[in-house]
Amino acid sequence: MKILVAIKRVVDYNVRIQIKPDGSGVMLEGVKMSINPFDEIALEEAIRLKEKGLAESITVVTVAGKQAEEQLRQALAMGADHALRVDTDQDLQPINIARVLEAIVKREAPDLILMGKQAIDDDCSQTPQMLAGLLDWPQATFVSKLELADGWVRVSREVDAGLEELSVRLPAIISADLRLNEPRYVKLPDIMKARRKPIDILTLDDLSVAMAPQLEIVKTEPPPPRKPGRKLASIEELITELKQMGVLS
Amino acid sequence: MAERDILNFDVAIVGAGPAGLAAACRLGQLTRESGREMSICVLEKGAEVGAHSLSGALLDPVALTGLFPDWEKRDPPPMTPVTQEEVHFFANQSRRLKIPPWLVPRPLHNQGCYIISLGRLCQWLALQAESFGVEIFPGFAAAEVHYDAEGNVAGVITGDVGLDRDGNPKDNFQPGVLIEAKYTLFAEGCRGHLGKELVERFQLGWNNASNDESGDEARQQDRFQCDPPHYGLGFKELWRIDPAKFHPGKVLHTWGWPLDAHTEGGGFLYHWLDNLVSLGFVVGLGYENPYLNPYQEFQRWKTHPQIRGLLQGAERLGYGARALNKGGWQSIPKTVFPGGLLIGCEAGFLDNARLKGIHTAMQTGVLAAEAVAEAFAANGRNDEVTGFERRWRSSWVADALYRTRNFGPALNRWGAYVGGMYSWLEQNILAGKVPWTIHNKTPDHARLKPAAQFEPIEYSGADGKVSFDILSSVYLSNTNHREDQPCHLKLKDPAIPVEKCLPLYDEPAQRYCPANVYEIVQEPEGPRFQINFQNCVHCKACDIKDPFQNIIWTPPEGGDGPRYVNM
Repeated sequence: MKILVAIKRVVDYNVRIQIKPDGSGVMLEGVKMSINPFDEIALEEAIRLKEKGLAESITVVTVAGKQAEEQLRQALAMGADHALRVDTDQDLQPINIARVLEAIVKREAPDLILMGKQAIDDDCSQTPQMLAGLLDWPQATFVSKLELADGWVRVSREVDAGLEELSVRLPAIISADLRLNEPRYVKLPDIMKARRKPIDILTLDDLSVAMAPQLEIVKTEPPPPRKPGRKLASIEELITELKQMGVLS
Repeated sequence: MAERDILNFDVAIVGAGPAGLAAACRLGQLTRESGREMSICVLEKGAEVGAHSLSGALLDPVALTGLFPDWEKRDPPPMTPVTQEEVHFFANQSRRLKIPPWLVPRPLHNQGCYIISLGRLCQWLALQAESFGVEIFPGFAAAEVHYDAEGNVAGVITGDVGLDRDGNPKDNFQPGVLIEAKYTLFAEGCRGHLGKELVERFQLGWNNASNDESGDEARQQDRFQCDPPHYGLGFKELWRIDPAKFHPGKVLHTWGWPLDAHTEGGGFLYHWLDNLVSLGFVVGLGYENPYLNPYQEFQRWKTHPQIRGLLQGAERLGYGARALNKGGWQSIPKTVFPGGLLIGCEAGFLDNARLKGIHTAMQTGVLAAEAVAEAFAANGRNDEVTGFERRWRSSWVADALYRTRNFGPALNRWGAYVGGMYSWLEQNILAGKVPWTIHNKTPDHARLKPAAQFEPIEYSGADGKVSFDILSSVYLSNTNHREDQPCHLKLKDPAIPVEKCLPLYDEPAQRYCPANVYEIVQEPEGPRFQINFQNCVHCKACDIKDPFQNIIWTPPEGGDGPRYVNM
């Protein structure tokens, strides 16, 4: 079985986002970038399936500029077999990424696609669903547990009411939630080996896909600052204050 | 438990700062010139190169130009030449005195220097080093020195990862990797935890253990003669200011208020680029009053009208802190020992009088690389690279440090006014050519006086505009440590903070730590010493200033700590 894992290069989750002064977007200069954490979880799951002997190969793909090579190397060091970069410097919008991935799927013919439930930069949570629609494949989103057997994937989904158990037939698209697993630490010798592995580069032309922007970002601005809190001396004072604010009667 | 992997390199470098990376670049160049293969790796505990680098920073490009004469054509990191400089004396919270240029001590002149971000310089140096085939591994801390059977340094061991709070391996546990190397360059920066161990083990310089245990005089005399290292704690913030007030290339240094004449330190403010201003404050860690709070002094400094005016309506983007060496010439230990070398701030090569250390860090890295390449060409391994001692002692680094060697000790001995005047006389009139050397033989931690001799200092609260509380500052350092791991700040004796340090010194760790790591929490059963290691910005102040030398800084899991951006 062949697994395709799609990853996105995003600002590291530990870095506080700063907005450009002109509101045209987020500052990326000198900022630490990483694999989107949910995509890393998806990749970890793929590697575990391979380690259990349930998959033969893992291809990791990203749609990004040259700098994303660092994240692809990280993925190779974790345990992916092949890395693919679709070269673009355009704005990454879900429907366009889904179309690019559709073309990659036709090329690579995977049996299972794993990806994060959403990217932590734009929080869209749309690409896996759109890709499933384009391919007309079954999908299971927000997955926190996954088992493979006889051409089916049995999953637990994290939904508002609790957990939903679902079986989907392969080929399928699975989007990973936080609790699916805890990704491994990359080993130093594996980083060295990953640096010597080839990364295939494709252009949008190679895939005959055009990225037509469907969304326009009008303005990016930080959330309004939170009002400072106050320390009160006693419960009585708190109750008086709350009454004054009309919260208590 | 999983087996420990072993990797072999000809040269291992600990720390991807200016010293380590300059050494890596120079080794790469020499390898290319000689055609003889040499495998080189650099370990960096930060999540990426530059993540733990923090400096003002003013760069004297002398070492950079020596290393890459064409650096300006190599897509250099963002920098602005110094165009205008001022030194101000803050007399009190509102008055200031501009010092005429002729009265400014000569080493404080910055013509030909550049305002830079050290983190960005390091990222650039890393790219250059990688172009020579150097392997750089960010996210991997060198936790231990590896010694061979004869006791020579033979590499380092990276930290284990995936341990829980109690030190038990979790499912994703990975043992550290043994990096075996013929030569190991230690470039951890100021107060590196491995460097500290090496100085003690090989008796390279001032040694707390040997100095505290009187009676063993023979051992004390045996060791390399030098003063103890001296330190400052440097704070930095990055601000984006009103374009109307921004003057690219302008440099301001201040001394005086809010510090008293007995406490060393001062402020800096550099107009970098894109309306970004780097500003900060350094407090000498030899201060005496345990109630002094360096963080609050820094916040107070920003409320001076001269600084506050500039920051009106501005946005604070970054915060960080790091200890720096200011012992200079007298405090530099022997830098070589079997199998290893100390370079850059690890050995204390910062030029305190010039308030600069990037150029000396880089140059000692370059000189160490040349000495190591020579030893390697002679088929040496794990021996003492004496060529480095010879090289740096006959270099401009030694000249510069020797010429200004009395600057720090004079300030220390006579305070900011008399000491400052002395330095002006010595540097501007006598051109640094005096036959005497002033010493400061008291380690910084031993200068702290009992709290009973002082009144607690009242610091006014943060205004949320130019001065801030400490936690909102730490937030801007992007610091993170995985919570479920052993605490990386070790206590030799867990009873000392509450039983000794609290009654005698009111536990100064509560105040000198720039990240609110240490707290005394009042519980019904009495006070408790709490260590919030997740906040640690890896500044090393606790390891330096704890009066009982009871707090030991060790590296946490690789990749943890601050993620400084443009610092």
